[in-house]
Amino acid sequence: MTMLNELTIAGARDLLLKGEATAVDLTMACLTAIDASDPLNAFVHKTPDIALERARAADARIRAGDAPAMCGIPVGIKDVYCTKGVPSQAASNVLKGFRPEYESTVTQNLADAGAVMLGKLNMDEFAMGSSNEHSCYGRAVNPWRRAGDATPLTPGGSSGGSAAAVAADLCLAATGTDTGGSIRQPAAFTGIVGIKPTYGRCSRWGVIAYASSLDQAGPMTKSVRDAAIMLGAMAGHDPKDSTSADIPVPDFEAMLTGDIRGRKIGIPREYRIEGLPAEIAAIWDQGTAMLRDAGATIVDVTLPHTKYALPAYYVVAPAEASSNLARYDGVRYGHRAKLAQGDGIVEMYEKTRAEGFGHEVQRRVMIGTYVLSAGFYDAYYNRARKVRALIKRDFETVFADGIDAILAPISPSAAFGLGEVADSDPVAMYLNDVFTVTLNLAGLPGIAVPVGLDRQGLPLGLQLIGRPWEEGDLLNHAYALEQAAGFVSKPGKWW
Amino acid sequence: MSIDIDTARKVAHLARIAVKEDDLPALAGELSAVLAFMEQLNEVDVTGVEPMTSVTPMRLKRRADVVTDGGMAERILSNAPDAREGFFAVPKVVE
Repeated sequence: MTMLNELTIAGARDLLLKGEATAVDLTMACLTAIDASDPLNAFVHKTPDIALERARAADARIRAGDAPAMCGIPVGIKDVYCTKGVPSQAASNVLKGFRPEYESTVTQNLADAGAVMLGKLNMDEFAMGSSNEHSCYGRAVNPWRRAGDATPLTPGGSSGGSAAAVAADLCLAATGTDTGGSIRQPAAFTGIVGIKPTYGRCSRWGVIAYASSLDQAGPMTKSVRDAAIMLGAMAGHDPKDSTSADIPVPDFEAMLTGDIRGRKIGIPREYRIEGLPAEIAAIWDQGTAMLRDAGATIVDVTLPHTKYALPAYYVVAPAEASSNLARYDGVRYGHRAKLAQGDGIVEMYEKTRAEGFGHEVQRRVMIGTYVLSAGFYDAYYNRARKVRALIKRDFETVFADGIDAILAPISPSAAFGLGEVADSDPVAMYLNDVFTVTLNLAGLPGIAVPVGLDRQGLPLGLQLIGRPWEEGDLLNHAYALEQAAGFVSKPGKWW
Repeated sequence: MSIDIDTARKVAHLARIAVKEDDLPALAGELSAVLAFMEQLNEVDVTGVEPMTSVTPMRLKRRADVVTDGGMAERILSNAPDAREGFFAVPKVVE
């Protein structure tokens, strides 16, 4: 029998509407699972009182026949979202003790849609990382393990806590954010679905900023249908975010027909990078065959500037981060260093930021400071912005040629062991993002779908990339892939 | 472009992050490795390409230049490490 916390959003919705379960039952099942999940270190701030209060309110709405899309659905919230009165520190010591006086637009939209917040989820500090190893809460752990091997694996990053929580059935779904792959890569590492919407689809207001021209919020769920439901609840125009798109949000779930006959799927040749592991190439080929069998036409396409996406990203993102993170000065919120006799305001800034920021954040802030500094701005930052324009043009050309969606790998490997990529070699870790950053640079929507297992029993996913503002169509392609792949594996419970 | 220890010290100060003198060589090495990786961008012909300013072509919204919110000093100060008499408090700035 399926436990309530193991349900999908769609499955729980049916039970709730039929009166076969209550939101309080669902919430209690999740809270019980969360309390037994400490080895995963996914939930870092638990909010059972808020959860039960919202669950009771949801039950009342359901009884009154007023049940919005997420009514009574228990979800986890990535720590990067500001949630009123609840610690929100983006996994950073510099925001220790910060309790926002306001609620982010996305979490407010979810609350308005009836969702129940269970607590805050682990992540890489300020969403900078691909392994959830850079966190003031310590690392999050993947519920999946290699067959016959207890080595702790990364759930990916930066939304590692969100991915681990959904994969381990601690919640029905979770929010993530994706600046360079932070929804899609952890989704792939944990065998779940995650969509990064078009830039501007979800409001960034109240989401602690990393790189503002790249950051996008999105759902992480157990199925494509759930992603469609939850994205609909999160999205929408917000006057408080000047980059939020003032366009209607369609009924994404209603667009899931699974019919992709006659659609054109592009296979980008530049993603077949040198040294691509055979298992990743094989799953990509299998996914291609699945879409072909579903009636799509497969077309080889070229995205010639793909190779330059990663270095362009690692100029643009740190540059924006160095500017965004200037606000952590020990004055208005969070940590302030203890000062020595005679220390002035500059010492206060320098000591506060040295104590408050972790190593990777310091590194990226300094890289950003360097590439924006006098004499280097044109050589690095402006050049990267020009390359970014070319990367976007590559995609525009492909879509103008009639391609409906692009199928590509998500990361160059399955989940790797915690500590396996050395902290002293930042570039090796950055290579994890080689297939994901292109979309953020181009502002496009992309979705991760679990497709199979590798030889060691770890999940492997593929991403579909869609046209801007056509998440509905993209979700439908993902739905077809999900149906063809029939991925139903779950991690064996060891925690 | 390789970053020497003096440059690393200067960048750390510009970023207002205290870095111990002993940690500067390792920092310089890490920053150099990242910058060396970025050098690939020099292979791209960017002649005539405008630097991207906005990923989705949209005109930034405008609104009337009027006060829309306010009167909540207490809430704004509620998270401050040091607040006194309705102000953020910091070490003495002017001698």
